[in-house]
Amino acid sequence: MASSQENTVRARAVRKRFPMGEGYLEALKGIDLEIKRGEYISIMGPSGSGKTTLFNMIGGLDKPSDGTVYIDEVDIAQLDAYELAWLRCRKIGYIFQTFNLIPVMTALENVTLPMIFAGLSNDEAISKGRGLLETVGLGERWQHKPTELSGGQQQRVAIARSFANDPSIILADEPTANLDLKTGHDIIELLRKLNKEMGVTIISNTHDPSMLNVSDRIIWIRDGRVDRIEARSDIDINVGTIGGDVLGGVGSADSHGGAAGKHAMDRLTGEATNTGE
Amino acid sequence: MDEQITHEEAIRRLRTDMRTSSVATPFATALKIAFQSLRIRFWRSIITIAGIFFAIAFLVSVLNSAVVELAVNPDEGSQVSGTGLRFILTLLAAEPRQAWLVTMSLIVCVIGIANAMLMSVTERYKEIGTMKCLGALDIFVIELFLLESGFQGLVGSFAGALIGAALVLVSALVKHGFAVMGILPWSQMVINILLATVIGLLLTLLGASFPAYRASQMPPADAMRTEV
Repeated sequence: MASSQENTVRARAVRKRFPMGEGYLEALKGIDLEIKRGEYISIMGPSGSGKTTLFNMIGGLDKPSDGTVYIDEVDIAQLDAYELAWLRCRKIGYIFQTFNLIPVMTALENVTLPMIFAGLSNDEAISKGRGLLETVGLGERWQHKPTELSGGQQQRVAIARSFANDPSIILADEPTANLDLKTGHDIIELLRKLNKEMGVTIISNTHDPSMLNVSDRIIWIRDGRVDRIEARSDIDINVGTIGGDVLGGVGSADSHGGAAGKHAMDRLTGEATNTGE
Repeated sequence: MDEQITHEEAIRRLRTDMRTSSVATPFATALKIAFQSLRIRFWRSIITIAGIFFAIAFLVSVLNSAVVELAVNPDEGSQVSGTGLRFILTLLAAEPRQAWLVTMSLIVCVIGIANAMLMSVTERYKEIGTMKCLGALDIFVIELFLLESGFQGLVGSFAGALIGAALVLVSALVKHGFAVMGILPWSQMVINILLATVIGLLLTLLGASFPAYRASQMPPADAMRTEV
């Protein structure tokens, strides 16, 4: 990683409290991080570690109780509703665990929706949308509704949609959790390819050990704090292809990640028996 | 770490960008989504429309029956006079029992619409959150739900007004014979039909306004929720 690159996301002493009963639950207890342009980041941590809260904070979906989150050096707490919508429309692309395509719209309409919000004309949006669907390998299926697509195909549409307005950041919330292993793998490959080709920053919340393999850095969250940050060169996770290698990959993640790795293994074994989703 | 640009500079740049490129509230897209949502929930929409239909059919039948009565038995001393809104108000003032029934049916209709729209909002929490993540403004979400309910209101009210008026005509023909056709004030009856349609539409929008507002205030982070 070139250290001269600009930070695209920066968190300074970020705390988040949620009211709970009489008192407060402190989900984040002072997080500091810097994410550089073009990086591929995985956020890992056990359930309840504050991972999702941090993720929402970075994505401009929630504001910190204390501390500051900067997106492209702008303190998001100072933005009003319109400015936040603008940011979400143009600077950030979202990929969801459950794909979240608009059910009443075709694949192409789903991809062009953010462009329409950004004020592109219909013709421009359609030609750009067709191009993006081509990029994710769904050029032929643009007229299909989400219910007529498989999980992997839906997630591809969602990826094309997240790139609609040439964002600088892609936020992916467990993008492979609802997919079978092979499809999850393809999705990760696709994200990595787009990250390399378009230079977009990808921040992914994940339990998937094969995601770690392509990440530039992994941020481990534990109990509302950054437990440690590892660069890919520091760890050696080889998930490889499906088959015998998978278990090796999980074992390796486990030895590195403790509880999170354990979690990843639970999820992985759960998925192996439930690939129909 | 050295900061390349100051925060003020960053905000200034962002706001310059915002002036040159806005976030649109595309009406045609909202219309399309609203229609498709109605189509997907066709039978439930029909039930909502039926509620409006009956309330407005009742309203029109009360109004036009009075018009027929006045045409057949012109009563010099009647407090009911004028056309359009004035006619409706004087009629309801003169007949408190009818006024009570009409008001109740309209209130029930508004509550029914509010309930149906609240359900629709709850059911589409994730969809709304996703749209907000994609850059939809609050006003776009409001537009979406008002269009959806407005369409239901328009169809239900207009159909109800037509059928209500037709029933009144049939009953007038049965009661007074064909000759009554010559003495009926047609324009006044048409005005009542149109007015009742507008009233139905406005009441529908009133019923949908709170659910639509609630949908627009939904935090986009809810799109991330995995439970449906």
